[in-house]
Amino acid sequence: MTRKKRRLLVISGAAAVLALSAGLVLFALNDTIVFFRTPSEIAAEGTRPGTRLRLGGLVKDGSVQHTDGTHVRFVITDHGADMSVAYVGLLPDLFREGQGVIAEGVIAPDGSFAADSVLAKHDETYMPKEVADALKKQGVWKEGEATQ
Amino acid sequence: MNPEIGHYALVLSLAVAILMTAIPIWGARTGDAALMRVGSTLALVLAGFVGLSFATLVVAYVQSDFSVLNVVENSHSAKPLLYRITGTWGNHEGSMLLWVLVLAIFAALVALFGGNLPARLKANVLGVQGAVAVAFLLFILLTSNPFIRVVPPPAEGQDLNPILQDIGLAIHPPLLYLGYVGFSITFAFAVAALIEGRIDAAWARWVRPWALTAWAFLTLGIAMGSYWAYYELGWGGWWFWDPVENASLMPWFAGTALIHSAVVMEKRDALKVWTVLLAILAFSLSLLGTFLVRSGVLTSVHAFATDPSRGVFILAILVFFIGGSLALYALRAPMLRQGGLFAPVSREGALVLNNLLLTAAAAAVLVGTLYPLALEAYNGAKITVGPPYFNLTVGALMLPVAFAMPFGPLLAWKRGDLAGAAQRLMAAFGAAIVIAALAAYAQGGGPLLAPFGMGLAAFVVIGAVAEVTERAGFGRVPRATAFARLRGLPRSVFGAALAHAGVGVCLFGIIAETSWNAERITGVKVGGRFEVGGYELTLDRLEPRNGPNYRDLAGVFTIRRGGVDIGTIESSKRLFTARNMPTTESGIRTFGFSQLYVSLGDELPGGGVGVRAYWKPYVTLIWIGSIIMALGGALSLSDRRLRVGAPKPAKKPKPAAEPKVVAAE
Repeated sequence: MTRKKRRLLVISGAAAVLALSAGLVLFALNDTIVFFRTPSEIAAEGTRPGTRLRLGGLVKDGSVQHTDGTHVRFVITDHGADMSVAYVGLLPDLFREGQGVIAEGVIAPDGSFAADSVLAKHDETYMPKEVADALKKQGVWKEGEATQ
Repeated sequence: MNPEIGHYALVLSLAVAILMTAIPIWGARTGDAALMRVGSTLALVLAGFVGLSFATLVVAYVQSDFSVLNVVENSHSAKPLLYRITGTWGNHEGSMLLWVLVLAIFAALVALFGGNLPARLKANVLGVQGAVAVAFLLFILLTSNPFIRVVPPPAEGQDLNPILQDIGLAIHPPLLYLGYVGFSITFAFAVAALIEGRIDAAWARWVRPWALTAWAFLTLGIAMGSYWAYYELGWGGWWFWDPVENASLMPWFAGTALIHSAVVMEKRDALKVWTVLLAILAFSLSLLGTFLVRSGVLTSVHAFATDPSRGVFILAILVFFIGGSLALYALRAPMLRQGGLFAPVSREGALVLNNLLLTAAAAAVLVGTLYPLALEAYNGAKITVGPPYFNLTVGALMLPVAFAMPFGPLLAWKRGDLAGAAQRLMAAFGAAIVIAALAAYAQGGGPLLAPFGMGLAAFVVIGAVAEVTERAGFGRVPRATAFARLRGLPRSVFGAALAHAGVGVCLFGIIAETSWNAERITGVKVGGRFEVGGYELTLDRLEPRNGPNYRDLAGVFTIRRGGVDIGTIESSKRLFTARNMPTTESGIRTFGFSQLYVSLGDELPGGGVGVRAYWKPYVTLIWIGSIIMALGGALSLSDRRLRVGAPKPAKKPKPAAEPKVVAAE
């Protein structure tokens, strides 16, 4: 093999690997990203049941109900709209009424939200960034204000 | 000690760092040997001043000096001594100071052990390292000064985030920083070489020990962080694809590629341009990681309270160093002449494949981490790129890496014999099939991922062993000769084989845990029982306890297997009173390589508590494998040919030092 041919072979091999991985990245991105929504946005857009979402807002005061052992229902609100959430599992340590929370899951046919994970932050004054931004837009919460 | 001493030492460090940037580089330009030598002295002085500054802060924490704002915000007098010390870097300001301390230590190490480096290269390396120090010292002094005082001092501090009150904080960040910041040296070497416009195989030999050191520490740092998150967060997960985890994984991929491509450059004088680029990229990705963690642009478990001016400052540092080094690279790279030719199937070819896949993995993680930011800036849409994306892309790119790994070392330089290598791996392949069959039998149906992955892991481990035995010539030459050859093999061969075996062990743990873990979430009352992964747990009692700065509600469970009592496990819900913040202390029992994991939830209305219990088969292999990888790196480092200060190889004849397993041509 000549010098040129060898180099061409190596380079085209490299190009093939890179093209494959770029394709893989695009395919995976297309398939796996999850959008963040607030209850008001869902109310306005009417997102279809079955769509996978991250739902963020505040846990509405007095809305948390433990129905049976590990089954929990609560309401996420952004003070514009409410959305009822059902979750099976243990709530995170910092989950409290009136605090910021993000639930990931799908919208059930009855319009409620079936969460398979619930996130609250590790710092009590912390508010998930997406939630803080959304609430600021609603004018409910201001920078630097603790949320308890 | 007076906090002002620390502050003053920090200002002096900045002055020293500025001199350290200017003088040696100027000396190297003008060829003034005296000026170049000043660099080493300045590096030691810099390490001294930064060390003094850091020590002052530690003392302020140990003495609970609440006249220092940083101590007030992150400490408490009731905190145990260990956590008062580690609390020093459990916050933004202190951790940046640790960052700079590690940077200064590495510069000092170059000054001390770089005696065999050409004077000009050494001067430029120290100059570049000084420039990085200048940028970060400015950052600390202007935006994140840990020595700011409060008047009047409060009587008590606000305590450290309880999650961080753990031995993990003593281990994970220092190790991680030794890795992250260690790549600043390889970066400095790359930029220094580009400034000179000269680069050769010797450069790769000088860079390799530093790259290996940084890589080994980064490997350990990531693994320890993973174990810490695993037991501390109470969710039973060991990797979350959190942006900050990704930030440490990207330089790891780039660094792994670097330690491999540097071998090609050293041995064959090829891939120079690429190796220099990797050295720049590894540190650039470390800087990017620092930016992501410190700026708070991404939601993450690691984000400390953030301040936009800090983000902008770090972004400026990022743009300066990454942009500057890449511009220099674009200018100088065409001048570097390429050496050694090689066929696609050869040791070099295998290492190129390794490099391609590793950098592609780093790029995939980068895209997944930054895509949400880019999309939000573009159209305001808020999205999350979650584990499915990363598992798919990184998984698909790492499987071929694992499969090709045993082949690489068995191929000869320049032109390899793939069929020959495959033939020598027959035993490993056979063993892998047996393991896969056993796994399939144990699993009894279900997805094929587990048997396939475990077979692959076994292939990697046995392939690593095969490489060493092949080199020694077992089975081809008399046993005594083979043993003699084995003893004569350079340590770096054993190091590489050990690290490769570590990858296999880690892979086995990942596959086993992911495919076979059992989870049970349930509510249980005292006396109640439930089952997970073949173990029966009974909640014996719930007892309240008090700690130095927290209150505890502990749940004690008895473990039975097949009706036989085999011990207890306890998990607690802990309330840290200073911050009124609850945490979960998970209970973990190790059986062989597997673990039983229990974490307590909230008390339920109507009595009892919520419990999350997991059976995690072979989960410890994930971290054991990572430690084996790092040990492999350390073993390679001890090879005298790589030792930093080693002058020339010993005169002792080494007949088997580089045995030609396959005739090269």
